[in-house]
Amino acid sequence: MDVSQYLEIFLDETNEHLQNLNTQILSLEQDPENMDTINEIFRAAHSLKGMAGTMGYKRMQTLTHDMENVFSEVRNGNIKVKADMIDVLFQCLDALEEYNTNIRESSDEGTNDNGALIKRLNDIMNGGSGAEAGEPAAKEAAAPAAQESAAAAGDGFQGVKLDENQKTVLSDAIRQEKKVYGLTVKVQESCILKAARAFLVFKAIEETSEIIVSDPSSQDIEDERFDQEFNLIIVSEADLDVVVNAAKSVSEIEDVSGSVLKLEDITGAGSSEEPSGAAEVPAETVASPAQSGEAPAAAPETAEAQPAQTQAPAAQTAPAAKKNTTNKPVVNRTVRVDIEKLDTLMNLVSELIIAKNSLVSASAMSGNSSQAVNEQIEYLESVTTSLHESVMKVRMVPIESTVNKFPRMVRDLQKKLGKKMELYMSGEETELDRTVVDQIGDPLMHLLRNSADHGLESAAVRKERGKPEVGSIFLDAYQDGNNVVIEVRDDGNGIDTKAVKNKAIERGVITPEQGEAMSEKEIIDLLFNAGFSTAKVVSDVSGRGVGLDVVKSMIESLSGEVEVKSKLGEGSTWTIRLPLTLAIIQALMVEIGDEKYAIALGSIQTIEDILPSDVKLVQAKEVIQLRDLVIPLIRLNEILDIPSKKDPEDNLVVVVVKKGDKMAGLVVDELIGQQEIVIKSLGKYISRCKIISGATVLGDGEVALILDANALL
Amino acid sequence: MSDTVATNEIEELRPIGETTQFIVIKLGEEQYGIDIKYIDNIVRMQHITRVPKVDDYLKGVINLRGEVIPVMSIRIKMGLEPDVETKSSRIIILKLEQQGMIGVIVDEVKEVVTLENDRIEKMAYDSKDERASFLSGVGKSDGGLISLLDLNAVVLDPTMM
Repeated sequence: MDVSQYLEIFLDETNEHLQNLNTQILSLEQDPENMDTINEIFRAAHSLKGMAGTMGYKRMQTLTHDMENVFSEVRNGNIKVKADMIDVLFQCLDALEEYNTNIRESSDEGTNDNGALIKRLNDIMNGGSGAEAGEPAAKEAAAPAAQESAAAAGDGFQGVKLDENQKTVLSDAIRQEKKVYGLTVKVQESCILKAARAFLVFKAIEETSEIIVSDPSSQDIEDERFDQEFNLIIVSEADLDVVVNAAKSVSEIEDVSGSVLKLEDITGAGSSEEPSGAAEVPAETVASPAQSGEAPAAAPETAEAQPAQTQAPAAQTAPAAKKNTTNKPVVNRTVRVDIEKLDTLMNLVSELIIAKNSLVSASAMSGNSSQAVNEQIEYLESVTTSLHESVMKVRMVPIESTVNKFPRMVRDLQKKLGKKMELYMSGEETELDRTVVDQIGDPLMHLLRNSADHGLESAAVRKERGKPEVGSIFLDAYQDGNNVVIEVRDDGNGIDTKAVKNKAIERGVITPEQGEAMSEKEIIDLLFNAGFSTAKVVSDVSGRGVGLDVVKSMIESLSGEVEVKSKLGEGSTWTIRLPLTLAIIQALMVEIGDEKYAIALGSIQTIEDILPSDVKLVQAKEVIQLRDLVIPLIRLNEILDIPSKKDPEDNLVVVVVKKGDKMAGLVVDELIGQQEIVIKSLGKYISRCKIISGATVLGDGEVALILDANALL
Repeated sequence: MSDTVATNEIEELRPIGETTQFIVIKLGEEQYGIDIKYIDNIVRMQHITRVPKVDDYLKGVINLRGEVIPVMSIRIKMGLEPDVETKSSRIIILKLEQQGMIGVIVDEVKEVVTLENDRIEKMAYDSKDERASFLSGVGKSDGGLISLLDLNAVVLDPTMM
């Protein structure tokens, strides 16, 4: 059986399970008695084992199997969760991670048996449960679970819950003297392509009948979210035998049992009627009397559950299906889409917006813009804007997937560095473009390590300074206008600017004279210089000298920026600011001389009309006074080498831009208006032009450059 | 008679496909050849958006089917007179492995020639002749001599070295 086509899904799901395990084991460490957590861990380990087994990764399967054993013991209360056990479990996760990486790289799990880990797992188990061997214990433990879920699902089609709509359809069918059957189809255990078999069964049945209800839902069946059985309720004109035999004729189907359903079975009017309905069933049952025997017990439960039925989301079908479903966390209805496909879609949306802009300018040019045309253009505009927003939203994922691995990392750091620390995270649900989320992990990890290693003091020093012994690191994410801000904060020592300055002089980054003249902020910015590390001892945690400069350049490559504020003795805050979208922005189009430029609306504060006489000189530089602020003027025509068309006597049009707490007034000739623009790269060839951040294609097909207000400041 | 037989024999001996196709362009009076495998497209002269603060041989950027492409002047790069836009001026869009797509302005696009490789004379490097450093060789065709452009040298940014 060729399973290579499932490799991608396997890798993705393994990652999810591993992440889930990491999180759960962390919370188990905090709360060792929590049964929910233990169950969740057991389920995740079990799913992993199953998946690895299916894909033929034997070593991975063995390791997860032994982990699962430990958990089943924990679950049964035979062993208690201890600190050393948590450590072993984390090592297991690391080993699994390694398998996964190997598989991703070479589609082979590698040759590391992790025998030592497995032995330790077995030791834990034996230590906890006496002489009992792991193997049978696990089987015993797994068995009740299977029975439990079997009890929920084993009542077959009688257990299928119907909503009002389905009931009406079925009752109508019976009144029209059509036959309604309930079927339970059992797939062979060895069957690999269960979904495909199920599909064939559906097809065979649909030749003679109409499928009204399937449990699990047909979507779940297609996604193979069922164990070995699924239940169908069908309306047919053929005899029950014919239908059952048709379904049985599909290969790898172990058994099909079915019976005729009566009106009472369907309406399930009340528990009083139910037994009589169920009593009639055995008489007509073709294959499985045992199943209907269970029906009375299940019936009241069914009736009870009915009010909630109309809303029935995926979660509701979960308890009805067997093992497989119970072992998986409840999955949202999602589709996995290759990011490349989304990129293509995004590009097409960009093209559409350009086309729309062309239409706007064409209509303005032709002069005969009628009311109807304008209305349609406006309509088109609102559709393209919503389309763009939706596509952006599809690409947005919570940063959760990236930051979730940090608590575990901090825990490891704590052991490695011998410091006490705690990570507090907030805003994990903040959403960012997928590509950004994927790339933000490394810089964040670096900042966290930096805080843990350089920022936080050792417990002894903290005590001396009157701080709580356990250091705190905060990771906060939130949306701020068109930006997402991620802050890494610690209550450690802060940045010692003197040490930084001395180091910089020692390294030859600056001269002692320069050092004297530098402000605190400028000195802190030196940290982002390539090859700069102030750690007195080089550890493998941080301080290899490749660090903050890489963080800075990675964030800048995402069009973001990073800032640091620090107070000696109190801690530092690293602030990363990222744009929500990368490709399309709102911009103000301006004219300077004969040229058109775009300025991102996000960086614009206000637009002012200034009298030439209001321009003052401070230290030979032009400034204007705006409310209480003195703002330096930047004459764009001079910076961009364009002869201005404006009369120097005329009022100045000043676009006030802001970056952080710095502001500047950009003098332009004229304002054209606001426009949605698609950012295109100027390419590597012209990348040296710092004040231009990109280009965009205007409605008339011409290219306009985008001014980078940040670089101008 | 025997001579013809001899040349025929040589031609038969030569492996097939040892030819290179060039697009012949004009810069002033001189003809230059550009290896056809680097050419993505040839477009008419159009409005070029100037990019500030770059070397003067970089004329700016154009929009080619929604893509923004930099355009450079070979003339200025080679130290010739600046381009004068005429009806026959064209922008040749080159696709290079390293630099991606770049447009170059030429006075005129003449024809496509196929040169056997033995009719291409490699240039001896002469450091005194600045223009020679942009050439990879000289091709002899029926229409006269064609200076073959070394595109990597033409496109290379001297300040990036």
